[in-house]
Amino acid sequence: MEINKDLIAASSTPIVLAILAEGDNYGYAILQRVREVSSGQMEWTDGMLYPVLHRLERLGHVEARWEVAESGRRRKYYRITSQGQAQLAEERRQWQAVDATLRGIWQALSLPVPASHPASAAPRMQEA
Amino acid sequence: MMLTAGHAVPLEEQIDQWRSYLRHRQAIHTVDVAELEDHLREQVAGLVDAGLATDEAFLVAVKRMGDLDSLSREFAIEHSDRLWKQLVTPSDAGEARARVRTDAIVAFCLAVVAAVLIKIPAIFGMQLDEDAEFYAHNVSLFVLPLLTGYFVWKRQLGAGTLRWLAVAFVAAGVFANVYPFDPEASTEVLTALHLPIALWLVVGVAYAGGRWGQVAGRMDFIRFSGELFIYFVLIALGGGVLTGFMALTFESIGTDIEPFFQSWLLPCGAVGAVVVASWLVEGKQSVIENMAPVLTRLFTPLFAAMLVTFLGTMLWTGRGIDIEREVLIAFDLLLVLVLALLLYSVSARDPLSPPDIFDVMQVVLVVSALLANAVALWAIAARITEFGFSPNRVAGLGVNVLLLVNLAWSAVLYIRFLRGRGSFTRLERWQTDYLPVYAGWAAIVVIVFPPLFGYN
Repeated sequence: MEINKDLIAASSTPIVLAILAEGDNYGYAILQRVREVSSGQMEWTDGMLYPVLHRLERLGHVEARWEVAESGRRRKYYRITSQGQAQLAEERRQWQAVDATLRGIWQALSLPVPASHPASAAPRMQEA
Repeated sequence: MMLTAGHAVPLEEQIDQWRSYLRHRQAIHTVDVAELEDHLREQVAGLVDAGLATDEAFLVAVKRMGDLDSLSREFAIEHSDRLWKQLVTPSDAGEARARVRTDAIVAFCLAVVAAVLIKIPAIFGMQLDEDAEFYAHNVSLFVLPLLTGYFVWKRQLGAGTLRWLAVAFVAAGVFANVYPFDPEASTEVLTALHLPIALWLVVGVAYAGGRWGQVAGRMDFIRFSGELFIYFVLIALGGGVLTGFMALTFESIGTDIEPFFQSWLLPCGAVGAVVVASWLVEGKQSVIENMAPVLTRLFTPLFAAMLVTFLGTMLWTGRGIDIEREVLIAFDLLLVLVLALLLYSVSARDPLSPPDIFDVMQVVLVVSALLANAVALWAIAARITEFGFSPNRVAGLGVNVLLLVNLAWSAVLYIRFLRGRGSFTRLERWQTDYLPVYAGWAAIVVIVFPPLFGYN
């Protein structure tokens, strides 16, 4: 599914922080986890993850270290910091507020509409 | 996975190639490339496990990585410090890079040619200090044709334009050298001063490259001239520092560099710097902010305040302007400066934005300069019969009148714009249309003045 760029950009911070809160991880595995959790709905362009990780590192939300993976290659692992944990909690609070608002509106929209115009735009939007 | 052995080499080659593409991006550093490469390899391995052939897996993995331009843009946004390097040399690989390099080579070759040209008369025994008049007349002919040549090459001008440019330079060479001037004739000095102004228009025609007829083309040339001046001054400052250290260090080993400086470093450096500065301005025009409008913003209020105070003091004390020989030149220069301040703020202004406080300041500046000039002109006119019409005075008055007309009508148009009765484009058009008038006047001074005043 195609998701708007702004939405991707806005949600990338909490998603990445949350995945790192599960445990230290590296870029490719983080993306695999995103696919898994969203059941393939969130399709990120792979390369774009790295500027996001670098930004979080600059802000002090995550720390990076290089390790030698079992394949013998050097691999950059990221770990969430305590500041990152706090940021994640804050993001979570905000997203829950947004989510709650949207749910409320979807519900309000879906109740009266199907009764009068079963084929109108609103219910289809909700399905999508 | 059984296939990987056979395909291992091509995959490595492909990854090498991909890596080298990434390395060309200024915003992506080597450590980032290593991180991205690890990702790419992991992705390829994953896809191969899922049943794809290695080359297919590589293609898919590269595609998923995202297109390089937007990727490097994202890196540039995150690591904006790396962007500074991008400004100096464009990061676009391939054609653009090659073009930039050719451009640089051509510019430096032309600068060297200019430096050699200025030394050629020395072979025929013309020394810089002994034949100063010759060099003073001809200095613009040593450098401006090469600068014009650079733009002819850059804009790929046709033979028709080229012919006219050549005719202009040949004519300039003839008029600069055929007149039998008296020793220390003032018309000779006037020729030396006015020839570069007339020829600058020729450079402008080449610079605009077919857009000379449009307001935008001429306005670009005005912008270019201002930036060129600033870059030339910067290069000259650098040259001064170099010379200073050279003198200091060589003095410590008992060598005097002054002869070398006077006959080589100064003339060759100066003409070469004009071409190099032009190339720099051309290269940076879309990348770095223009400096001239910035300086204009800084100095317009200061000059306006200075002029208003000057007028106020004159009214308060009741003192008239003390007419000395140089006063006309001083006021000419003042008007030139005010015109430059006006031109460069016009050149940087968005014609569609509404008037603001800076525009009012601009009008105050122009009007106060016109008033001050009027007072000076009045004082000169009162005593013009006493002084007589020497070539210098006629040239000075002529320039003053031209500047006066230019600035006065600009002020009218500007005030109309401030009161919402005219568009800003009218002012732009007036300023750019007026440029040839200055070149025409300079040509008249060069061509007509010497015979008119008996080569004196």
